[in-house]
Amino acid sequence: MIKIVKYILLDILRNKIVLAYTIFLFAITFCVFSLEDNAEKGLLTLLNLILFIVPLVSIIFSTIYIYNSSEFIELLVSQPIKRKSIWLSLFTGLAGALSLAFIIGAGIPLLIYVRSVTGLMMIVNGVLISVIFASLAMVAAVRTRDKAKGIGFSILLWLFFSLVYDGLVLFLLFQFSDYPLEKAMIIISALNPIDLGRILILLKMDVSALMGYTGAVFKEFYGTEKGLFVSFSVMILWILLPLLYSLRKFNRKDL
Amino acid sequence: MIEAISISKKFGKLKALNNVSIVTGSGQSIALVGPNGCGKTTLIKCILGMVVPDSGTIKLKSESIATGWKYRSIIGYMPQVGRYPDQMKIGQVMDMLTDIRQSPSSIDEDLIKAFSLKGLYNKRMGTLSGGTMQKVSASIAFLFNPEILILDEPTAGLDPVASEALKEKIAAEKQKGKLFLITSHILSELEELATHIVYMQDGVIMLYKTMEALKVDTGENKLSRAIAQLMTKPAP
Repeated sequence: MIKIVKYILLDILRNKIVLAYTIFLFAITFCVFSLEDNAEKGLLTLLNLILFIVPLVSIIFSTIYIYNSSEFIELLVSQPIKRKSIWLSLFTGLAGALSLAFIIGAGIPLLIYVRSVTGLMMIVNGVLISVIFASLAMVAAVRTRDKAKGIGFSILLWLFFSLVYDGLVLFLLFQFSDYPLEKAMIIISALNPIDLGRILILLKMDVSALMGYTGAVFKEFYGTEKGLFVSFSVMILWILLPLLYSLRKFNRKDL
Repeated sequence: MIEAISISKKFGKLKALNNVSIVTGSGQSIALVGPNGCGKTTLIKCILGMVVPDSGTIKLKSESIATGWKYRSIIGYMPQVGRYPDQMKIGQVMDMLTDIRQSPSSIDEDLIKAFSLKGLYNKRMGTLSGGTMQKVSASIAFLFNPEILILDEPTAGLDPVASEALKEKIAAEKQKGKLFLITSHILSELEELATHIVYMQDGVIMLYKTMEALKVDTGENKLSRAIAQLMTKPAP
């Protein structure tokens, strides 16, 4: 399996898109910190940018890459290799390359400008989000043979998690504003990896005071070590569940 | 060596394989013939584990293939239409497969020499013509000296020299007692290569006989005539 990962990683890294993505991340991170003299403020701007771009690039690039390696997969399936190793190697290669791009592109400037726990948290978050959306891409790509449908589905997934979900939550909040929803909000926010990442960073930055009572409830839950542990576990679940689902589908797939 | 028992496979409404059973021994050279879309390739892909049958079991050397994967190390497969990563070079594909397989048995480069592929090792797969792609597929199938060779329309698209070289190779390997499973529509070449014949129609195996028995039964001397007689006969 390590050998297959090696071939896939080499192939992805030769791909110019990942290189462009790294340079792009590097450029915006540097720009943001050069424009803002306050590192905290820069971090906030960067957070919003990263939570928008990283999931998009991760899921779309991964989906397209999986479709484009259909020949490679077909070639390997007729060889004495477990299907499981082929699929997991593909995932490992994608997740590894995207994480590497994030660590080099955004991580290095972050370490230079923000030498604090928050900066480190941001890097861990970005890596987790990259891996989660690579895992969701595996689901999008395994469901159908049609490339256009698969990419469409992955765009829908991204739209849902980055825009639609927040809209729905706001709608719910307004509709049920007479009821105490703070506890429920903790669960609702855990159901979206992007929101989870955002909350974790915001709490570290002490701007949670701006979020009112909900912010205080969040702080009480996510601010503690137990909360941190739970939220990272939820993030890991967000990686594992889609991956295992796609693996099950791939094992039964006709090639 | 291959034991397939009541294999069924549906693609949507189409029954590609309908309760197909076939048992083969080593040293046989089996020709799979039948009209287009009768399930030949599906049967082959089931044996290779590329298509998962809806029901039935396939055993190779009395080991079930549903759970195993190591069995594929004794199979060499030449697909009907080879599909390879476009950006990889021929040499890279060969190196990668050798690297992944780590086959203990010796590497057999006869066909690479016969097709003089070494000179093309720097060409990318995406730029190859159909015939060259077939040459690569054939070379890969024979590369690891497998005990079972599954060839899906091996000579389609090959030039006469190359197809002659491939046929010679098949004949030579047959002498070593390897099991061959060949599909083709060119009956004259099957006549030279095959010892047994399997005729499929609409996902069902209509007959499985040795070549001689078929000729005796149909009273024809040529395979093409014998098959033509089968094809025109209405299905029972």
